[in-house]
Amino acid sequence: MTTHALIKDFQEALGKDNVLGAEADRYAYSYDSAVLEPAVPGVVVRPTDVAGLGKVVKMCNDAGMPLTVRGSGTNLSGGTIPKTGGVVVLTGALNTILEINTEDLYARVEPGVITAKFAAAVQAKGLFYPPDPGSQAVSTLGGNVAENAGGLRGLKYGVTKDYVMGVHFFDTDGELIKAGGRTVKCVTGLNLTGLMVGSEGTLGVLSEIFLKLVPPPAAAKSMMAIFDDVEAASQTVSAIIAAKIVPATLEFMDNFTIRAVEEFSHAGLPVDAKALLLIEVDGHPGMVAEDAAKVEELCRTHGAKRIQVAKDAAERNKVWEARRAALSALARVSPTTVLEDATVPRSQIPAMIKALDGIAAKYKLTIGTFGHAGDGNLHPTILTDKRNAEEWHRVEAAVDDIFDVALSLGGTLSGEHGIGLAKAKYLEKETTRGTILYSRRLKKALDPKGILNPGKIMGE
Amino acid sequence: MGDVKELLRLLGEIDDSLVSCMRCGMCQAVCPVYAETGLEAHVARGKIALLEGLSHEALKDPQAVMDRLDMCLLCGSCAAGCPSGVKVLDIFLKAKAFLAGYLGLPPAQKAILRGLLAHRKVFDSVLAVASKFQGLVTKPANEVIGSSCAVFSGVLGGRHFMPLAKTAFHKTAAAKGLAAAPGQPTVAFFYGCMVDRMYPRIGQAVMKVLTHHGAGAFVPDAQVCCGIPALSAGDLQTFEKLVKENIAVFADQPFDVLITPCATCTSTIKKIWPEMCDGLPGATRAAVKELAAKTMDISEFLVKKLGVTASATPSQEARTRVTVHDPCHLKKSLGVFAEPRAVIAANPGMEIVEMAAPDACCGCGGSFTLKHYDIAGRIGKRKRDDVVAAKASVVAAGCPACLLQISDMLSKSGDAVAVMHPVEIYAQALDDGRPGAGGKTP
Ligand SMILES: Cc1cc2nc3c(=O)[nH]c(=O)nc-3n(C[C@H](O)[C@H](O)[C@H](O)COP(=O)(O)OP(=O)(O)OC[C@H]3O[C@@H](n4cnc5c(N)ncnc54)[C@H](O)[C@@H]3O)c2cc1C
Ligand code: SF4
Ligand code: SF4
Repeated sequence: MTTHALIKDFQEALGKDNVLGAEADRYAYSYDSAVLEPAVPGVVVRPTDVAGLGKVVKMCNDAGMPLTVRGSGTNLSGGTIPKTGGVVVLTGALNTILEINTEDLYARVEPGVITAKFAAAVQAKGLFYPPDPGSQAVSTLGGNVAENAGGLRGLKYGVTKDYVMGVHFFDTDGELIKAGGRTVKCVTGLNLTGLMVGSEGTLGVLSEIFLKLVPPPAAAKSMMAIFDDVEAASQTVSAIIAAKIVPATLEFMDNFTIRAVEEFSHAGLPVDAKALLLIEVDGHPGMVAEDAAKVEELCRTHGAKRIQVAKDAAERNKVWEARRAALSALARVSPTTVLEDATVPRSQIPAMIKALDGIAAKYKLTIGTFGHAGDGNLHPTILTDKRNAEEWHRVEAAVDDIFDVALSLGGTLSGEHGIGLAKAKYLEKETTRGTILYSRRLKKALDPKGILNPGKIMGE
Repeated sequence: MGDVKELLRLLGEIDDSLVSCMRCGMCQAVCPVYAETGLEAHVARGKIALLEGLSHEALKDPQAVMDRLDMCLLCGSCAAGCPSGVKVLDIFLKAKAFLAGYLGLPPAQKAILRGLLAHRKVFDSVLAVASKFQGLVTKPANEVIGSSCAVFSGVLGGRHFMPLAKTAFHKTAAAKGLAAAPGQPTVAFFYGCMVDRMYPRIGQAVMKVLTHHGAGAFVPDAQVCCGIPALSAGDLQTFEKLVKENIAVFADQPFDVLITPCATCTSTIKKIWPEMCDGLPGATRAAVKELAAKTMDISEFLVKKLGVTASATPSQEARTRVTVHDPCHLKKSLGVFAEPRAVIAANPGMEIVEMAAPDACCGCGGSFTLKHYDIAGRIGKRKRDDVVAAKASVVAAGCPACLLQISDMLSKSGDAVAVMHPVEIYAQALDDGRPGAGGKTP
């Protein structure tokens, strides 16, 4: 079937307003937050109900048209860059919170619900949805599930996968598949929920998500520890974990990032410090006080030059504002910001940071490093200008080196940003040839025509 | 112009600003137009991507890009929250100028902009005629607001128009120079088109307050439009003409501060004139920068230069509940939001009650409101709901464009909430001769 005929069918099924064919409208769905070449889809559709979503999937399959589902398009790995001429399916109009159940501690949502709006609605009911990716003000829950997004609270609370109790999704025939559900325990059938989490739209199209909710912590305490020496800061991270304390958040910032943040927000950060740790413990008030005291002590004995404990909500806010400003501050330094996501077992953080210094020197690049030190997930951020071809080559070589180091330390290519197009070619390095072939056979069986987000994760 | 290569060269000039957008998408969270349409081509990231596509010749249809750029209130919410510090408004305004230059202005717009705005006399006479005959086409809609409902709502798209003033502010007795009392500053008063034509009462309130404080005033009636309507249509030529005329009126005059009661005029003169004056002669550019540095919002001026403060002795009787809307061009562009509140609270009879999201855009973006009345209306409806939920009897905003939009929304829902400028509320206290009006009285 031609795109033209398909467009007519889409218009009939979804209404004219929900089918975008103009060049300018299509071009706006040719990219996402990854630094990659755009690819322009042939048509963009926006189903306004779940039935419409199912119909679109079936129509694409019948026509053999590649289909890429798009939430807010903020993933950092090219997961929503479509096949040229393919179909982009928007979930923005599927944005209803179907249920927040305070007795059974779960919620049901459509895939286009915005993460922060959902978290606020949950909070208004006295409960807590912990996953908090930096993009939560705009990201969708469908995108979070399909990328298995993490966030600042990963260390203690886990990531998106730890909150997905079940999903409904469409297979390529437009059949509704149901997996998991409202109960804490559920072993009915294969664990298809697990299969869908992190599948980046390659195995099915999510239409409804069941999310676990938890009671919020009664108290929290934040502090900032300032170090003269990166090694000492990273040893402190290991020491805190070894002391069997699990902070809700344990973040790291290197000197370059500290200076960039200070330049940008004048928050009063110590610009001569070699590293900062930003730590928050939460839970029962008694335990919080005890843990905070222990963490403070550990920072001191491991060589922190100074420790600032937030005395009130305003000071606590200030600590986290500094952290939230990290990416912004770095992004202002140069036109192109390459945000990497290589992750290592947390005991390897000191080795990783040392290696990053070496890579920056070797390729004469500026790399600012910050991130979730508590879970080994650092974000080395390369500051560059993609218009400078020669420098861009060095950036690509440096990224290769970063992956090699992370893998040699027993780590992974991506902690939370996904594989998408950006990292598909590296997948074999971390796994095996067999792993890729197995994944491709799985995909082939579930999606024989290869229409679901082709090229992502396992290549083609 | 008509030369695609020339257009591409011009776009190349803003390439630097374009690449500073890292496509993070965070602007989706704050864009009022995107909140309504949900389309990527309507949010800053999308528009910037389209411009990049155009400059790399990946897109063939400049008119389509211009249409998407027009889906914008120029509210600056995206720029204010952008992690990369992308100068989104500069990009949009420059791009529109380039595109319009290339596409040629639509004939009707050309006539209005070039004719009416650029030639003050024609503008005056057209509006003078219109204001005389408007009684024939409008009928009183809502007395509290004083707006009029167009009989020909089909023609006017259901807008509840504020009536044009019978007498423009600059023709009233109030619009005259004042000599400064010893030790008091002298201002140049840039009242702006909307105050002149629709809200002369705001101009009068400004004069009353200046008189009360013994400030000097220079109120030239040769001043012309600040140019933003022309610029947002991409008409750089008219914009530059207007800037030049204003500079001729205000440069080298003996005043300390240029004040305006219009947030849009203030932010245009202060922020946009210096950014967009590269095509003007060097001397004019220098004068523009000097004037921009001297420009202040009226409330900021009252607080910072005349020492107006919240009343120390608020009335013991039941006070009037006022809720405050923060115009985008005041808060997001200039960081002014505490001062209007102080000016309102200087009236001892007022009690400020905050609405939810006071800084959410009201949906009035000049020509956007006219071209996309339905979307502007949906954005405005949210503001109306927040105003009503605050259970106030007055809503205040330091920008006549917001006042017009909010009046329109309230009037349509039949809500009995008065719409006022902070300076009017303060002036009222002076009228009433209330004891305890904030600030020092000379
Ligand atoms: C400034 C910034 C900060 C970020 N911070 C973090 C962070 O802290 N942690 C983190 O993990 N990530 C982070 N990210 C990455 C990104 O925001 C997350 O991956 C997020 O989950 C993407 O959500 P989205 O709605 O934008 O999804 P999209 O980008 O639209 O889609 C992501 C993937 O999900 C698929 N998909 C979307 N909806 C469906 C559906 N209904 N069914 C099937 N597949 C679907 C898409 O096809 C695509 O492969 C950040 C990004 C930015 C720009
Ligand atoms: S917030 Fe700024 S950098 Fe991010 S997409 Fe929008 S304009 Fe670009
Ligand atoms: S200026 Fe306002 S309306 Fe225009 S793109 Fe930015 S946020 Fe949206």
